[in-house]
Amino acid sequence: MSEDSEAIQQPRNLAAVIVGRISIPLLAIFTALLVASLAMLASGTNPIKAYLALGEGAFGTQKAVIETLIKATPFILGGLGIALAFRGGLFNIGVEGQLFVGSAFAVIIGYSIELPAFIHLPLALLGGMFGGAIWAAIPGYFKARSGAHEVITTIMLNFIALRVINWAIGVNGPMRAPRTVVPETPAVFESARLPILIPDTRLHAGVIIAVFAALVVYWFLWRTVAGFELRTVGANPSAARYAGINVEFNIVRTMALSGALAGLGGGIQVLGLAPYNFTTGFNVGLGFDSIAVAVLGGIHPFGVTMSALLFGAMDSGARLMQLRTKVPIDIITIVQGLILTFVAANQIIRSIYRIRARGEEDQISLGRLWGGGS
Amino acid sequence: MDTVFFVGLLSLALIKATPLALGAMCGLLCERSGVINIGIEGMMLVGAMTSFLGSVIFNDITGGTLPKTVSLLVGLLVAMLSAGFIALLHAWLSIQYKVDQIISGTVINLLAVGITNFTANAYIDPNHLSGVGVFTEVEIPILSQIPIIGPILFQHQPLVYVMLILVGFLQYALFNTRWGLRTRAVGEHPRAADTVGINVNRTRYINVTLGGVLAGIGGAFLVLESVGRFQKLMTTGRGFIALAALIFGKWTSVGALLSGLLFGFSEALGVRLQLGDVNELQALILLGGIGVAVLGAVWVILKARRRQEDKRSMPLVVGTLVVGLAMVATALLATFPEVEIPIQFLGLLPYILTILVLTGFVGRAIPPAAIGRPYEKQ
Repeated sequence: MSEDSEAIQQPRNLAAVIVGRISIPLLAIFTALLVASLAMLASGTNPIKAYLALGEGAFGTQKAVIETLIKATPFILGGLGIALAFRGGLFNIGVEGQLFVGSAFAVIIGYSIELPAFIHLPLALLGGMFGGAIWAAIPGYFKARSGAHEVITTIMLNFIALRVINWAIGVNGPMRAPRTVVPETPAVFESARLPILIPDTRLHAGVIIAVFAALVVYWFLWRTVAGFELRTVGANPSAARYAGINVEFNIVRTMALSGALAGLGGGIQVLGLAPYNFTTGFNVGLGFDSIAVAVLGGIHPFGVTMSALLFGAMDSGARLMQLRTKVPIDIITIVQGLILTFVAANQIIRSIYRIRARGEEDQISLGRLWGGGS
Repeated sequence: MDTVFFVGLLSLALIKATPLALGAMCGLLCERSGVINIGIEGMMLVGAMTSFLGSVIFNDITGGTLPKTVSLLVGLLVAMLSAGFIALLHAWLSIQYKVDQIISGTVINLLAVGITNFTANAYIDPNHLSGVGVFTEVEIPILSQIPIIGPILFQHQPLVYVMLILVGFLQYALFNTRWGLRTRAVGEHPRAADTVGINVNRTRYINVTLGGVLAGIGGAFLVLESVGRFQKLMTTGRGFIALAALIFGKWTSVGALLSGLLFGFSEALGVRLQLGDVNELQALILLGGIGVAVLGAVWVILKARRRQEDKRSMPLVVGTLVVGLAMVATALLATFPEVEIPIQFLGLLPYILTILVLTGFVGRAIPPAAIGRPYEKQ
């Protein structure tokens, strides 16, 4: 894609390429923080004090850094899922639901059977991936078969997943833990829990799995035939079809892989964090924030990892910010929305900071096949 | 199983269809002029919140000296303006900056969630704002006295009538006025429209903004005619269901209303069945049977009209009709045990229906030709 051609044009000037790639996102983040500070001023808060608290909450202590890493983990996987689908020309807005289903599958495997750890943990993680993959493959199949746009079908499946799981952990539900007043599942067995990396902290091995997943996705997209097919279908489905690629099969596979990443993220959340169970309101909004993570990360696995760290930092710092300055945590959602705005509409950033366009851009076109036509 | 049940059900279906039809008409205005709008959900959410804030603040300022309805109308106006403003942002991003319209819509949805949750946590909840109330029902004279039809159609709160009037008006305007022709031209073939002197981007700006105003009414409906107060994320996917209704209604306002009614009906069914005064199993089999039978009947008619087509699938078609009729007969004749169907499952009906509709279960729809593509003058 475009970075290959850049590498050919400017073989020696790698630093310039990197600066060109990250200057827009960095300026977008800066501008978003600036705009959000207006909202803080309007509600009578000193934005400098708020942002200092945000930074301290995210990186100030060892505990803060660990929280940032923990918070970043599902963002990495959710963002990877969305980026992978983007590369295949699909907008998987259903990461939220796939994460949910992944968590549910992982938690069921975790609490319902007792196995040795070396089988149980991988099995539970695979179960989470499988759950997410199924939940994404369904809209993928619909898209391939009849062109039903995945934006709507995956959103509907989000609601369906949410309601079914709420029923399952609700009063007398099949997944409800015995003798509990809150809707939650039983905790998973020790053998299905992710190992803790630093004793007496919450830092679990999930973050390593997430970073490893980023490497795998990079390898898959640019070093395998399947990844090449995926990107070809994403860039131009007609050309892909002409070249003999099975476009329909690729759509389903792309969605399934995307959902598997989301499901893995969901599984890690239940297997890595105390109290190791699934409850209502769990991880709500993660899937939607992952969209901003993926776009900010330039829909590239390494960029996604970076922007996931940033989002994790914002989420983990937000609590201290709220504590110190009484700014509601939701300001972070506004900041994230603004970041997405400025990255997507990078012309705004270019015109504010007078940056010239660097020629060919990664053009994302998701409006194709809108509304059931094909 | 009696008339009262069905009248109540259909009346409730119309109420539940109102925000969906309004949201779908927002999508109609946008998409007919070539702009995809998946931000309807966010626009409705903003409309819901600002209608609440507008009515409450206005009521506070006037100290309750004016009638409640005036405050509610102010709330409605504020909702229309603010959702229109959010829509203008969508138009600005997707027309001026040529941002992918799906991303732009996602931006709208994200920002709407952030802004409304922020305001709820920073202002509404700490001040314990409780709301002014809801619009009172307006019975249309004479018409509301007609048996069965009267209670279903003519005993509603005002925004239901507003929605019905808008549906008729838009249907007329889109296909019979200069504005409608221009809008459709811009959505189908912007280059040709430009050639004959239509300002493509201005048409899109106007339509998207007006669409936002309609979504604002839809959001305001949720507060001013339903629960009477703002709740976080209260739109619960209605903006997306409205989009599906638009597609299912083949990009016309009457079609959008009819499919909105279908979704409204499935939602109303879930609500009514929870009340527990009817046997859920019986009602579901009866209504499902009616649905299958109607589907079969339409299918038979279509097959009969297209004579040249082969008749191999005829047994399947007739079979559908027979199964549907058999289900209706069973529901009416047999006695059923009381079965508790979990609330969550009944609530799934509109979502499942949306997916079925989109997968072309009921025929393929063709969107405006230039949809999703920014226009560049040559």
